[in-house]
Amino acid sequence: MSTVDTIRDRLDALPDVGLVVGFIGAIWAVMLVLAIAVGGANWANLAAGFVGSVTVLIGGYAILALALNLQWGYTGLFNIGIAGFMAVGAYTTAILTAPTDPAAGAVPGLGLPLWVGLIGGMAMAAIIGGLAALPALRLKADYLAIVTVAFSEIIRLVVNWNGLAEVSLFGVPVGTGGATGISFKSANEVASTLINGVGQPLVTAAEGVGVSGPNLANLTYGILLLLVVAASYWVLARITNSPFGRVLKAIREDETVTQSLGKDTRRFKIKTFMIGCALMGMAGVLFRGQAGYVSPQQFRPTITFYVFAALIIGGSGSNTGSIIGAATFSGLLFYLPARLGENISLGGTRAPGNIVDAVAGFASLDPVPLLAYTISNVSTLRFVLIGVVLIYIIQNQPDGLLGHRNEPATSVSLDRPQSGSGGESDE
Amino acid sequence: MGIAEFARDGRVVIGDRPGAAVVAAVSGFLLLDLVAKLAGTTVFFLGTKLLGGSLTVGSLLSMVVDGLLVGLAVGLAGIGLSMTYSILDFANFAHGDTVTVGAFLGWVAAYITAGLGTGAPIAELFMLNSGRQLSTVSTFFPVLLGLVVAGVGSIGIVLLIDRLTYRPMRDTDNISLLIASIGVALALRYLIAFVFGTQTSGVASGGLRVTVFSMISVTDNEITLLVVSLLLMLGVHLLLQRTKLGKAMRAMADNEDLARVTGIPTERVIRLTWILGGGLAGIGGYLLVLESGTISFNFGWILLLLIFAAVIVGGIGSIYGAMAGGILIGLVDSLALIWLPSGLTRASAFLVLIVVLLLRPSGIFGGVSTA
Repeated sequence: MSTVDTIRDRLDALPDVGLVVGFIGAIWAVMLVLAIAVGGANWANLAAGFVGSVTVLIGGYAILALALNLQWGYTGLFNIGIAGFMAVGAYTTAILTAPTDPAAGAVPGLGLPLWVGLIGGMAMAAIIGGLAALPALRLKADYLAIVTVAFSEIIRLVVNWNGLAEVSLFGVPVGTGGATGISFKSANEVASTLINGVGQPLVTAAEGVGVSGPNLANLTYGILLLLVVAASYWVLARITNSPFGRVLKAIREDETVTQSLGKDTRRFKIKTFMIGCALMGMAGVLFRGQAGYVSPQQFRPTITFYVFAALIIGGSGSNTGSIIGAATFSGLLFYLPARLGENISLGGTRAPGNIVDAVAGFASLDPVPLLAYTISNVSTLRFVLIGVVLIYIIQNQPDGLLGHRNEPATSVSLDRPQSGSGGESDE
Repeated sequence: MGIAEFARDGRVVIGDRPGAAVVAAVSGFLLLDLVAKLAGTTVFFLGTKLLGGSLTVGSLLSMVVDGLLVGLAVGLAGIGLSMTYSILDFANFAHGDTVTVGAFLGWVAAYITAGLGTGAPIAELFMLNSGRQLSTVSTFFPVLLGLVVAGVGSIGIVLLIDRLTYRPMRDTDNISLLIASIGVALALRYLIAFVFGTQTSGVASGGLRVTVFSMISVTDNEITLLVVSLLLMLGVHLLLQRTKLGKAMRAMADNEDLARVTGIPTERVIRLTWILGGGLAGIGGYLLVLESGTISFNFGWILLLLIFAAVIVGGIGSIYGAMAGGILIGLVDSLALIWLPSGLTRASAFLVLIVVLLLRPSGIFGGVSTA
């Protein structure tokens, strides 16, 4: 039994909620330690900044991983157009809620309240998702993957197109803002209103220990986002543990058998796609559009692959695993290396400007330039790390940290008992 | 066949395959529009512009040439993707980054050779930012050497990747392999970014401009791309049809278990697939940079969807489909400019991909594997 298996068994023994809370708590603790180590007198503010940012990232990726888990982990629909559905949600919300009389140079919207915009964004993402699901009914998994990624690029290119930057729809000026993007009333603004209104004593207390207002607002926003994650988790757990969810798992395992049992698998697939895409649209608003601004650059296909990495690390087919995976990915692989790279110094050695100068140090047996170059470019290298982790997981631990792909229908395990250690359980 | 029969056949097509009928109608309209544009006439219906406009034959031809050139390089790169799909049975998302790796290796080699003896610092040459722009005529041997290094270097890289990543998971399902290739893509792309930075460098410029038929103007680099890619495609064709290896590859694409039972050394065929596919991808990338003039760490990744479009439109698994699909997608990408604003031409190439997949999931050359 490998170490990963041991860790997994221990994780499995914990109740799901405890597991998630403990895991996120542990990531917060790491951020706190880092802040204390590098922050000096300013450590409290730095810690609030680190924890706030990492929480927003965890929240955003957790919603996306949960949505993808419903589509891929449960139903086997290989959707790699996540970025496109996020863009649909975010842009719809932005167009619905942008002020009708914006600042000079900005794009006007319909000026509706944020909650209306959010519902509109989710609905639009669901509708577009339903349309995109139509090919899903007849294509193989890897063809579907290519169709969805092409679909998401078409969406990005369309919102990037200058011709839609500002158009008149039935006499009302609206638009996407083209390559420069669109500003709207942000969810973050709601959080800071909350903080400055009800939370005023909290602000005073935080300022007492040196935490600045914006950092506190960001932290609050992160925690609010975790509440959204909890709500999404609850909804998805209800769906996946219901008879509806059992049909989804059946489609994943064998669609023909499911059909022969009288289930209309096409309708199940379309519904699943729509629910998942609505959640992705919501993440587009609450995560990418967090600062009250969206632009086409935020919806490149790369983000789709990050969500995949998060889900695979956590274990597809498990809602709890989705959140753990999102936390591992965004906290430990995406956020932490960049902060470490920024804050580690090598006693005043300036990093060389390019790799040739860095390697040249080896001629005089001096590894410091290369080390300095590596540290200053760690935000690039972390993606190499993410890629390697992805390969490692898919090779050695395809179920991720918490995958529950095998769900026994019987109350007793039908697996053959293992004969001591050394037996190959997967043979 | 009488007119009545013809009309009935037409109705049957519309009834049975409404999608195909719509596509045929749209293509017919676009063709009509193109003819009207070339004739310089505009047709109005009820006061709105129906079709027509103006387009000179010269600009149409230059668009066709542009599309053809990009299409050839895309098709060249697509051959490897198609081969890995049919023989190893997975969509390789790292293929675009193999294209980038080959291009970088080739251009570094070309730059260093061209810069030797000119006193340029080696660091600037290696980082491709000495400000010099190469072309086939002015620096023939460095460019040729770069071409070879691009092919050989990318072969080395893909073999290493296969050894480390895909070989341990030969028996797993195709989605796991696809996900592993996404990991490979990320790692490769950002290793390039780590070494070469994320800026775009201008490395090539057409040294000599030739006018053909007093209408089409092409540079020496474009001619190189044309000649080299056609020669390589011919080579692949001969290899597949005339050699034992080609036969083995076709057999394996058809039915791997059967191929193994018949005594075909499958592992060796897989290695040769990577050698052929990786080498062509690297050379394709090198030639694309030669044609476009600029190189950056993610150009292959951006190109990947276009390569996928080409391969799928042609019928994934078919080598000739990849070549034809590449040219078709290149032409669509370029000619869409006649009807669409420049921001949306790339989107039209993806739209063609989706439409083809919906109407004919097996592609134009569908049903034929590796031959």
